[in-house]
Amino acid sequence: MQVAKSDPLTGAQIVMRALEEEGVDTVFGFPGGAVLFLYDALYACSSIRHILVRHEQGAAHAADAYARATGKPGVCFATSGPGATNLVTGITNAYMDSVPMVAFTGQVSLDLLGRDSFQEADITGITLPVTKHNFLVKDVGDLARIIHEAFHIASTGRPGPVLVDLPKDVTAAKADFVWPPKMQLPGYRVPKNGHGVNVPQWVEVLSRSERPVIYAGGGVITSGASSELLKLAEKCQIPVTTTLMGKGCFPEDHFLSLGMLGMHGTAYANYAVTNCDLLIALGARFDDRVTGSIASFAPQAQVIHVDIDPAEIGKNVLVQIPVVGDVRQVLATVLPALPELKHEAWLAQVEEWKKQYPLRYERSDTQIKPQQVIESISNLADDQTIVCTDVGQHQMWAAQYYRARRPRTFISSGGLGTMGFGLPAGIGAQVGRPEANVWVIAGDGSLQMTVQELATITQHDLPVKIAIIDNGYLGMVRQWQELFCEGRYSHTRITGPDYVKLAEAYGIPGYRIEDPGQVREALEQAKAMEGPVILDFVVCCEENVFPMVPPGGSLTEMLGNGR
Amino acid sequence: MRHTLAVLVENRPGVLTRVAGLFSRRGYNIESLAVGTTEDPKVSRMTIVVDGDDHVIEQVCKQLYKLVDVIRLDDITHEEHVDRELILIKVDADPSTRGEIVQIVEIFRARIVDIGKDSLIIEATGDQGKINAIESALVPFGIREVVRTGKIAMVRGAKYRHE
Repeated sequence: MQVAKSDPLTGAQIVMRALEEEGVDTVFGFPGGAVLFLYDALYACSSIRHILVRHEQGAAHAADAYARATGKPGVCFATSGPGATNLVTGITNAYMDSVPMVAFTGQVSLDLLGRDSFQEADITGITLPVTKHNFLVKDVGDLARIIHEAFHIASTGRPGPVLVDLPKDVTAAKADFVWPPKMQLPGYRVPKNGHGVNVPQWVEVLSRSERPVIYAGGGVITSGASSELLKLAEKCQIPVTTTLMGKGCFPEDHFLSLGMLGMHGTAYANYAVTNCDLLIALGARFDDRVTGSIASFAPQAQVIHVDIDPAEIGKNVLVQIPVVGDVRQVLATVLPALPELKHEAWLAQVEEWKKQYPLRYERSDTQIKPQQVIESISNLADDQTIVCTDVGQHQMWAAQYYRARRPRTFISSGGLGTMGFGLPAGIGAQVGRPEANVWVIAGDGSLQMTVQELATITQHDLPVKIAIIDNGYLGMVRQWQELFCEGRYSHTRITGPDYVKLAEAYGIPGYRIEDPGQVREALEQAKAMEGPVILDFVVCCEENVFPMVPPGGSLTEMLGNGR
Repeated sequence: MRHTLAVLVENRPGVLTRVAGLFSRRGYNIESLAVGTTEDPKVSRMTIVVDGDDHVIEQVCKQLYKLVDVIRLDDITHEEHVDRELILIKVDADPSTRGEIVQIVEIFRARIVDIGKDSLIIEATGDQGKINAIESALVPFGIREVVRTGKIAMVRGAKYRHE
């Protein structure tokens, strides 16, 4: 930005300067009256790329996926009132999945605050429960410090979204730019080195264990602990199951990989967890979709739980060995002391379960099976390929049949389960990792929730490949209706547009594929094309995701197991 | 079991909302919450009384401690501490009952702070047991209004001083 350091800056200019200081190169947003000056300052700022979305929800999801793909905090802008409230779903999504994000919202001027003014919403009040922290800036002199604090809070410890609300007059007022400002956060604590790591205890417990399992979550990816995890698993010969958020933290083509566990996890992962005598939980939070019935979850196991958030330890399950800290640092501390172990009988048992209950589906020559599409994408993908999914059946098939091999390559809405996440997530991932092949795997229902972001792809020339698993249903709800409501498909039949014509309307090549014999070829062609592509895979409409643990059931009581 | 939490927070707008909101959204029950400034104008102290089993209290403490505005948190239930509550009671009092009420007030070392035509306002401070006792002692006369501050507490001795 071309402003001399000594000149006072407007609040809006201070925001740009502070973003530059934080290393921000990309912002996702949508302008409006209350952020008029912010966008005016952005106009003069050559180092920050702005991606104009079509709805603020798209900005938040894109910023979220940008953060997941790059490891850097995602940044989004929205105007006051409706702009700000439209961000809320995306902010909540980032909160539930512990994603570092800083959201800037415009606000009415300070003299209009609290008067139900035009486009006023109490966004700090609204986002209180779904942000790690938030700020309403009342004095331009505090702005640089607050932005510095916001990025610090968002990206350290257990990451999360932080919102900064900017009254319009604060963005117009002037102040000297002071950087790096002193942070005033006496109550903000980041555990690091692993409070309570008792290395001899780990050695003893691990050496005594006959049937250990590692259960790895998103925290492993956040802390960059993948290589330590691999070392631990290989040195001590422990099978590894991951959560949805943890997909990619351990190579899924490794012989020790059990894939995902839980409601739609693999049968062998669920059997292994149920029968293990030691469960090593790393950066995972024992979500109900993972544990099923708590009473029957890993009933014979001692539990080691490593998490940077002390509140996660003991929240859902009883933990014998709690460790508060960064997973990577904790593993780096204990790894050298751990002995090389063999668990031949246990690994043989796990192998037996893998053979007996593999992931399977019935192939068809006449209808495309959704699993076939995902498998083909997985086979085509290289290590750098990023898959962003939407939410629903296709998401769970992707979790089952897409083998993620590297961290930050599988991006999905876990905790909140936000339909409409996939397409804007693909945008964020592609912007953050321009060299990567980015695939969006979407359901026809989910895609329609944020389909307007196709225009964002076109405007910003993003080569995102979109595979629609088109079954004409809100598939996951339909599956539940089939299983739990005697097949009464209440309002889950959903029509869509002609996706080929829709693609054309947005200036994107689109193809409809109905023949199972053409799946692979269509994917290969799409991959070879330079720009974005939409592939509408018309799939068997009543296919179900199996295995499935009914909600609240025990992990070993899987529907569709052993088909 | 009822626990008393001593919480030092930053004296900023919205902090009370953050604390109270955390209790409501996670389904914990606040029995009482008293807040005021400390010797440091940048710091406020909250005394929170919360009911729950060990698991609930542990989660309450951990979740509270996660708030960026919470500087320090101590569960002082099992510490040696002094606690007080202030109560104002407006009680029916005609000439025939006034003498008896005055006697009760003296027994509890409380004070009459206002006299109306047919009512009295009584002020009492003490631990919750005493406050409950004086309130129930006055019930037979007819209580019109009661306002209680909720408990405030401080650990005995030199511990927990805020730097």
